Amino acid sequence: MADVIKCATRDAYGKALVELADKGENIIVLDADLAAATKTGMFKKAHPERFIDVGIAESNLMGVAAGLAATGHTVFASSFAMFAAGRAFEQIRNSIGYPHLNVKIGATHAGISVGEDGASHQCCEDIALMRTIPGMVILNPADDIEARACVFAAVKHDGPVYMRFGRLAVPRVFDEDYKFEIGKGNILSEGGDLTIIASGLMVKEAIEAGEKLKAEGISARIVNMATIKPIDRELVIDCAKKTGAIVTAEEHNIIGGLGSAVAEVVSETVPVPVVRVGVNDVFGKSGPAVELLHIYGLDADNIVAKAKQAISHK
Amino acid sequence: MESNVKKQLEIFALKARIGTVESIFNAKAGHPGGSLSICDVLAYLYNCEMKIDPANPSWEDRDRFVLSKGHAAPALYATLALKGYFPVEDLKTLRKSDSYLQGHPNMNKIPGIDMSTGSLGQGISAAVGMAIGAKLDGKDYRVYTVLGDGEIEEGEVWEAAMLAGNRKLDNLTVFVDFNGLQIDGTIEEVNSACPIDEKFKAFNWNVITIDGHNLDEIENAVNVAKNTKGAPTCIVLKTVKGKGVSYMENQVGWHGKAPNEEEYRIAMAELNEALQKLEA
Repeated sequence: MADVIKCATRDAYGKALVELADKGENIIVLDADLAAATKTGMFKKAHPERFIDVGIAESNLMGVAAGLAATGHTVFASSFAMFAAGRAFEQIRNSIGYPHLNVKIGATHAGISVGEDGASHQCCEDIALMRTIPGMVILNPADDIEARACVFAAVKHDGPVYMRFGRLAVPRVFDEDYKFEIGKGNILSEGGDLTIIASGLMVKEAIEAGEKLKAEGISARIVNMATIKPIDRELVIDCAKKTGAIVTAEEHNIIGGLGSAVAEVVSETVPVPVVRVGVNDVFGKSGPAVELLHIYGLDADNIVAKAKQAISHK
Repeated sequence: MESNVKKQLEIFALKARIGTVESIFNAKAGHPGGSLSICDVLAYLYNCEMKIDPANPSWEDRDRFVLSKGHAAPALYATLALKGYFPVEDLKTLRKSDSYLQGHPNMNKIPGIDMSTGSLGQGISAAVGMAIGAKLDGKDYRVYTVLGDGEIEEGEVWEAAMLAGNRKLDNLTVFVDFNGLQIDGTIEEVNSACPIDEKFKAFNWNVITIDGHNLDEIENAVNVAKNTKGAPTCIVLKTVKGKGVSYMENQVGWHGKAPNEEEYRIAMAELNEALQKLEA
């Protein structure tokens, strides 16, 4: 078996920022003393004149980003998901979301896969928080290819975008020629018994779960849903109609994230069973990332179990 | 300042106070105290200092103004209306559901508003971003913002102040409306940020303390700020909350309530009398 390329989406983020500026995009990148970790450090090295470190002050980070955007700049503001979406929620809501300014939030170290730093840094609430802000676009890419595509799509989008990246190196899912469009999910493989809708690093697990189910005679449609908001309603409805049961899979609290977004659409259109795989409304803990993902049920085996549960509810 | 210029500014500020009281009375809600305290500095900035074009509110080389203490919106709206950004009659629609004049400034709905504000502490961060933006673009526009003395209890103010000082944003001038009162009482009773001047100095700012109702002092301070290189300037305005309406002056209770019919009548009589004296 050929070696699978592994890369953290945060690395792809840093590289994409450099690439954008190299291609002449007039972007400004802000960070709050985490440039080495969020990977905006790559941009700082390549384009120091367009990089600003505001220090450990995430509220001000978002406000300064808003002010820069109000003077016509396209701004990327980066921190860990916990401090971007969490600490600076209200600045994002009032200074960026309400005036609909052109700020792209690059939030890294999202989810349980932060690993050893533990619960204080494992943000499983960010998607829920960001979803409640009118006009906010939320992107949660599955691999480095899609992460790059998300950054390129965000810069073309007029208005605020929240991009969610991970710390952990994850296997590549997509080919180099992958085309990403904001608001569109994509069917990775067809199946008729149920649909598994996944985002972020859970896409790889969903694909693996699909293979395991196939071996048991269950045919699953696998969908990658990188845009959490606006959710691809058309595709979700199609999945409900054609397969009659849905399992969602995300590295986020089961409250308020992808699972909620899918359930909201399904319950109001084509009510079919929806079972959510995610962090089960608990705080995380320290440990190696991959080990933690299994401990919290963020793996193919749990998706398989939930798939059977969803089918049994049909 | 020449006496005829000063007189025109005094008339402008009085008309802004009248517009403030009228709009809050008609809205049956709003913040008169902290609006009336900043009418003089707004009159000076919008008439004598800021590079603006009311016919072209989004002119990209204009000076920027951010009302960090967004609840003083009635004073800013009255100022903008008097400058011709929108009709003065519209002030009476403040806070109504079919009006563009939102309770707090909205940059997408209201001509002349450079930043949406209202949640305290956030405006100064945006102003810092604008000042950095001007420098990155090599533009010479200046950025002005007004903070409340209660507002500076917000931690974000000091995050922004630290960055502005360290980045030597000499194109940024911040006013603190030092009227000494906030919602729950005097700033001493609640959680005083005093000494305000020493705090900003410690954050590497140029600091000037003046009488916030004295137009000569405002002019001098703004000129010093403009000519100061290598540091942002904080102008601490010693003001009277509710300035110009006798029963509102220095009264905590007039932070955030509208006058009733009788109170409105008294306020308008006082302000109009002062205006007539000036115009005589």
